Amino acid sequence: MTQHEDENALSMGIQPYAEGERGPAQSLAQKLIARAAGLTSVAVGDIVTCQVDLAMFHDSSGPRRLKPMLEELNAEIWDKSKVVLVMDHYVPERDDAARKIVKIARDWAREQDLPHVYDSQGICHVVVPRHGHIQPGMFCVGGDSHSPTGGAFGAYMFGIGSTEMLGVVVTGKIWLRVPQTIAMNWSGHLSAGVCAKDMMLAMIAHFGMNGANYQAVEFVGDAVTALSMQERMTLCNMSAELGAQTGLIAADRSTRQWLKRPGDVADQTSDTGSFDVEHHFDASTLSPQLAAPHSPANGVPIADHSTTKIDVAYIGACTGAKLDDLRFAAQVLNGKKIASGVQLLVAPASLQDLAEAKAEGILQSLLDAGATLLPSGCGACAGYGSHFADGQTIISTTARNFKGRMGPASTQVYLASSYTVAASAMRGCITDPREVLM
Amino acid sequence: MNPQWQETWNKVWHVGDDVDTDALAPGAFMQHGIDVIAQHCLENLLPHFARDVKPGDIIVAGRNFGIGSSREQAVAALRHLGVAAVIAPSYGGLFFRNAFNLGLLLITSPDTGLLQNQELLARISPGLEPVFMPEKKVKKAPTPDFLLDLVRAGGLVNQLKHSLKPKDQK
Repeated sequence: MTQHEDENALSMGIQPYAEGERGPAQSLAQKLIARAAGLTSVAVGDIVTCQVDLAMFHDSSGPRRLKPMLEELNAEIWDKSKVVLVMDHYVPERDDAARKIVKIARDWAREQDLPHVYDSQGICHVVVPRHGHIQPGMFCVGGDSHSPTGGAFGAYMFGIGSTEMLGVVVTGKIWLRVPQTIAMNWSGHLSAGVCAKDMMLAMIAHFGMNGANYQAVEFVGDAVTALSMQERMTLCNMSAELGAQTGLIAADRSTRQWLKRPGDVADQTSDTGSFDVEHHFDASTLSPQLAAPHSPANGVPIADHSTTKIDVAYIGACTGAKLDDLRFAAQVLNGKKIASGVQLLVAPASLQDLAEAKAEGILQSLLDAGATLLPSGCGACAGYGSHFADGQTIISTTARNFKGRMGPASTQVYLASSYTVAASAMRGCITDPREVLM
Repeated sequence: MNPQWQETWNKVWHVGDDVDTDALAPGAFMQHGIDVIAQHCLENLLPHFARDVKPGDIIVAGRNFGIGSSREQAVAALRHLGVAAVIAPSYGGLFFRNAFNLGLLLITSPDTGLLQNQELLARISPGLEPVFMPEKKVKKAPTPDFLLDLVRAGGLVNQLKHSLKPKDQK
């Protein structure tokens, strides 16, 4: 895209500010973009070219698509230290087609001598930050739509397709239209049995699947500050379902602790008056949420579905099977049994989450309740190979319940938090977790 | 598949709001090549689309066309089938970027309601403008020139072939 840089520079309106002079109010998103574009400030609508600090891709979006295109261009990776490859979509390999795809990834990783490869360690959006690759202030892209997860660490991160990833991998750069910042301000405290997934499902139901219109969303307010890092990741992750380019949470003390960063690093935050839109929500009045088939935006009251029987309760995915999600499920199921005829499937988001769940005794609680443990990976959520049977009703902690995604078109998938999925497994029908969390 | 403009009139296919990437490139077929994925493109909405669509045909869609995944097979399937352009009031953001990167023309128009005629024919002019028969005038949001250049180049890979500096190459 080099031929456009000059045009872009003209349209960017570069304006350096003298000492002591204040520039226009900048949101966190604008500050992160401006830094990556080498500018003092950016305005909404500017088209800028950003230098990429981290490019993440997986076995499905990465090598099998990038390798042939790189060969066609006779080009090389711009900076291998800034590339992370995660094998998570087709592992463990279910058939020959999957074996072929994963082999391409493994062979290419060796051939290219990539320094950062995580093979069958869990889902990229969880594994990559857990290994410290995403730090506050960075500008990152990922070959997966749930890449905004990285925004939980005060970084600008968004998903791109494989061809665009090729452009990044070859040039280290990407264009961007500076988005508006939509603030989601959550005050109050979440009640017992209510979590970040419920906040997100409520926002998606309220604004719709593309409600954020590819702008940047920033989550602010006391209820957000109070969230653990994993819960913050759940919010940012499902910014994708809001249709945002990214979801952001400014780094703070919790972020630094989680990343083991020194305390004297100044946290970047949005300037007063820099939000283009601000919406207010009260966490204290939020109840457990449910999205009915076939859209994450199809929010319905749980009470209206209390007679809906389920066949499978699925706790999996980057948005629904981190340690905190497993803890929530165990709170519900500790010392209890799941209903007969119901399958409870648990696929921890990463091997680290699995190990910690074991160490805390959570995994044993879930297994004692009747759960079946599945491998850590994208599994049924990605729907790569149909998982669920014709006509089955599933309640799931995953991100999307599009028709035909997780099974045949007749599969009915409801989305909810791991509290709600666990409570529903226990009763055999869709259940408000507050009824069983006594 | 280039050039994407035509002199002949082509069929217009109509779909509604919120057509997602799983409808365009179903996950169950993602392990296969684009030839297989394309055969299942939109099968849940338009059962005979893959069989009957002809190169140069145009899709008129509702809001939020292409929401969901980053999988660019959602675009590649349409390109593979020869779809010349999509006209919709809004798109999934990832799909929008992917489309231009693969050389698929997206036209953003709030007026797709005026195009709800099952007999409507259309073609894309050399200036990458949609032309309809019977004639319809629709408002269009501007598309930056560098995105239209991507369409003319046939996508980013073709464009990179011409623009890569020697130092980036082996």
